[in-house]
Amino acid sequence: MKNRTKLPNIYLGVILVLMYLPILLVIIYSFNQSKISSVWEGFSLKWYTELFRDASLLQALINSLVLAAASSLNAAVIGTLAAVGMLKVNLRSKGVIEYISTLPIMIPEIILGMVFLVFFSLIGLPFGMTTLIIAHTAFCIPYVYMLVKARLVGLDKSLGEAAKDLGAGELRVFLDITLPLILPAIVSGMLLAFAMSMDDVVISIFVTGVNTNTLPIKIYTQLKTGVTPKINALCTILFAVTVLMGLLSGWLGKINTQKKTVLEENR
Amino acid sequence: MKLDDTPVPLPWQRREKRFSHNGKFILTVLPLYIFTLAFVAGPLVYMFILSFLQRAEVWGVIGKFTLKNYTDILDPVYLKTFWESIKLAVLTTALTILIGYPFGYFMAKLSAKWKSRMMLFLMIPFWTSSLIRLYGWIIIFRANGPLDKALMFLHITDAPLKLLYTYAAVVVGMVYALVPFMIFSVYSSAEKLDWSLIEAARDLGANPMQAFLTVSLKLTLPGLLSGVVLTFIPSMGLFFIADILGGNKVVLVGNVIQEQLMKAHNWPFAAALAVVLTILTSVMIYLYRRLAKVKDLEGLV
Repeated sequence: MKNRTKLPNIYLGVILVLMYLPILLVIIYSFNQSKISSVWEGFSLKWYTELFRDASLLQALINSLVLAAASSLNAAVIGTLAAVGMLKVNLRSKGVIEYISTLPIMIPEIILGMVFLVFFSLIGLPFGMTTLIIAHTAFCIPYVYMLVKARLVGLDKSLGEAAKDLGAGELRVFLDITLPLILPAIVSGMLLAFAMSMDDVVISIFVTGVNTNTLPIKIYTQLKTGVTPKINALCTILFAVTVLMGLLSGWLGKINTQKKTVLEENR
Repeated sequence: MKLDDTPVPLPWQRREKRFSHNGKFILTVLPLYIFTLAFVAGPLVYMFILSFLQRAEVWGVIGKFTLKNYTDILDPVYLKTFWESIKLAVLTTALTILIGYPFGYFMAKLSAKWKSRMMLFLMIPFWTSSLIRLYGWIIIFRANGPLDKALMFLHITDAPLKLLYTYAAVVVGMVYALVPFMIFSVYSSAEKLDWSLIEAARDLGANPMQAFLTVSLKLTLPGLLSGVVLTFIPSMGLFFIADILGGNKVVLVGNVIQEQLMKAHNWPFAAALAVVLTILTSVMIYLYRRLAKVKDLEGLV
């Protein structure tokens, strides 16, 4: 009997190990002395020091960070405002617009990429950071919009109504009541959008200019032509950042649920 | 979209009421409207128009209507590519169900503490750049890499297998990239499951298999279906996994679109391919909605 209850846990463990295995190998080989990643020649940090001397890689990293920050911020503003407004306005077109706005995460990435490529060249927008930000904003908006909308729907309406009864205007209610309550959803939507933007290679390949490289594009071209352990070092740093962001968003989620239970208990 | 069920105002009142009610909030939805129309709807419409235009001799497009791009797709070479893509997508989806369904299902049975820990364990690789994870598989599959060494050490094989740049490597890469979507979908569905129903079925004499098939599977079907959509659709377009792990041996619709755009510069033909791919995926989403009778994809975010 005891064995039967343990079997599912063993399965979960094995699959998790398999999930982490590729990442672990990348990390291990980033500390390898040897240039060839199939041979282990001892511990070394030399690839990290070489990484920080590679100006083009660092430039790509900066580009990626700027792009992800700009797109997730754009998405946070547009997505949050729209999620709040959509619940209040009475427009016949809102269902259609909502549907179209979520298409960027529904259709295959390659189609979105090519659609942007042909469109930007039609309207004559020069390819580079601007086109990257527009394209990334398009697929970042749905993440913020959907998370904030879900949070708003679950919100206790009586709080806002009470504030209104006490004489607060719409803006006041939004700033003092709604915004603090949906803030965790906005932030976790932004974090998700940031991560998706940092990770995107397919769409970026299509809309980037000749001189603007993002980190994923750089890694992609190296994976195709041959990698140096510098990429391992870079991936390890990125992984550390990811873990930190994941922990942060998990922590935010915890605060979120704590707030919710406090509110429910006080009712 | 149904309008709310407030008492119907008289015609001359209606307009004014709608306007004054929307007035303040219209500004908040305006950015989304403008952005969506200009940068999502606009480009998609243009792609559709482009697919009916002619390719110019050297570079660019001529504004003349043609169906040639669509008849070109009927060329056996391209039909075969579509067929190969669908085959790979079906295989990938089947394997993600096989691996992801039990995972999501077992995970829903864990204690609350372990559930949130598991979620974190899953989120970390999921958030890690897909290229990093892809690179990890290159290391594993490489001749004389860890997998070859392990297999030779265990005397399962006695020479390095050439696994990198094979169909199998592409399948592993696809399943690995997409299995989290299946897990999240199944989990979100299984988590809402009332486990006492299964106990009731068992009490009434069902064996574990029967109880699972008649109760659990039926109730987690929406999650399973949304997982299928979330793995099937991306797997039609993930050209870079086929590119990196398959060398030039595995050619998918995505690879052809990319080639036609970036190398052959035949944009109208690429647009036609994309339209067909969009129709294929829309049919999938439509079927899913009919089957699951739900509006939003569960576990999408």
